[in-house]
Amino acid sequence: MKILVCISNVPDTTTKIKFAEGNASIDTAGIQWVINPWDELSLTRALELRDDASTGVKSVTVVHVGPASSEPTIRKALAIGADNAIRVNAESPDAWFVASQIAEVVKQEQFDIVMCGIESSDYNGSMVGGMVAEFLGIPSVSAVSGINFENGQPVLTREIDGGKEIVTVPVPFTAIVQKGIAKEPRIAAMRGIMMARSKPVKLYEPVAGDPLTKVVEFEKPAPRAACRYIDAENAGELIEILQNEAKVI
Amino acid sequence: MSVLVYTENWDGKFKKLSYELVSYAAGVAKMAGTSVTAVSIGKVEEEELKKLGNYGAARIINITGSQLNILDNQAYTSVLADVAQKEEATVIVIANNNEGKALAPRLSVRLKAGAGSGVSKLPLSLEPFTVYKRTFSGNAFAHLVINSDIKILTLAQNSFDLVETDNNAVIENREMSVDGSLLRTTVNDVQKQTGKMLLTDADIVVSGGRGMKSPDNWGPLEELASLLGGATACSRPVSDEGWRPHDEHTGQTGKIIAPNLYIAVGISGATQHLAGISSSKYIVAINTDKDAPIFESAQYGIVGDAMKVLPKLVEAVKARK
Repeated sequence: MKILVCISNVPDTTTKIKFAEGNASIDTAGIQWVINPWDELSLTRALELRDDASTGVKSVTVVHVGPASSEPTIRKALAIGADNAIRVNAESPDAWFVASQIAEVVKQEQFDIVMCGIESSDYNGSMVGGMVAEFLGIPSVSAVSGINFENGQPVLTREIDGGKEIVTVPVPFTAIVQKGIAKEPRIAAMRGIMMARSKPVKLYEPVAGDPLTKVVEFEKPAPRAACRYIDAENAGELIEILQNEAKVI
Repeated sequence: MSVLVYTENWDGKFKKLSYELVSYAAGVAKMAGTSVTAVSIGKVEEEELKKLGNYGAARIINITGSQLNILDNQAYTSVLADVAQKEEATVIVIANNNEGKALAPRLSVRLKAGAGSGVSKLPLSLEPFTVYKRTFSGNAFAHLVINSDIKILTLAQNSFDLVETDNNAVIENREMSVDGSLLRTTVNDVQKQTGKMLLTDADIVVSGGRGMKSPDNWGPLEELASLLGGATACSRPVSDEGWRPHDEHTGQTGKIIAPNLYIAVGISGATQHLAGISSSKYIVAINTDKDAPIFESAQYGIVGDAMKVLPKLVEAVKARK
């Protein structure tokens, strides 16, 4: 069984976002790029499954759609332990385009499980995983917080409102993964970092596809009014304010 | 142009979210000079369906079918795509929740419809079709142009006010089936908590962080939440420590919520935490550290020890008329 983990690279989550080109794009100067947090958790779980001989998972490949400048992110995934890496050599203008590229890679390389993070922390789209599945006509399970194997077959935990379901689907399928899939992201060890340097990154040229959406402008959230302090000794006053001024209780 | 809205139900009942979706769809329809058709899948009583009319649905297509008892993403996509095509829908509105995130991307590919996810305002313009959406986990908002003929919008929960009307909606019942080869999801087991208010549904949330000092100190926080009719939540370190269950974790990688009132107790306000709560209408911060970043996001603040402040708040809520 072969797993593909889709990796997006995003600004480190503590980055103060600044805009460029008259607010039409993000100012990338000084940004530290990291693997999207949900993708990192997906990769961690995929590696745990590969390292457990009873699952029958033989390899974990990562795929990224991005220009050569995103290669450090791919190397990081290899250093963490991915066996193979693929980069589709294109900018990623929107989810539709990215998903169509990944679908093509899956068609060429025949993976059993495609794992995608439920969203990326930059565009918060929650689109790519489901789109890949629809492009391929294969099942997708969303809000997956667990993947285990029973009798050689994957068993998924799907989050629903107020609980969870235990779900099975035949391979190949796409798992759209959220928090809970792995406890902590796996960290690259020195040996992994050394080995990652020499592992090849397979290059795909993009297939034709027009993006359907385009960001034309960014803006900052509206600033909140300054905090109004209530003395701790008279904390009960807060309740009166919430009731009579803010009118939220 | 016509506007279609998918209204999810929970065991045959709609929630506030469903009415937000219909209100939003009605707002888009008004801009475009057209009407709203709501789609519901699964068994919902007529009385309940009619409620969608109160928020602006002109027609309600009520779909039932023995194959649609569990959420199979391919089967549901097939049904919704079929309806969208028959209705010649040009805008499709879906919730930005677990089910919406499962269906919107598939529908997008099926209908070659560009998607704007997590929208929180009516479109900024129809020509070009431009929506306002959350990006960078709430640190920025984008104006996104959708160039395709059909547009899919997923609406952020609790971001759009309900608008009541007195539409008397027409209900059409349809029995639908799908190609059996699409039905590939098997649900082996369902584990549901009962009796606990869902975090994502709550108008009021009281949330604790490391400043609560110990898992044994949650009593007054839970009492406050319960007296206010709210839910409890926590920060990531607290759920990682196992002080509170993971489903209470709010923040970038946990739940993203937008209640009317969020009371952060002993939470310093790291960027990742704020990403999960920044859309709350009112934020109250209670923290011993007067320099904690949470106070920059809060409208009301109390500098003080949670263990001393919480009992005072509980007392005040009990005393209010």
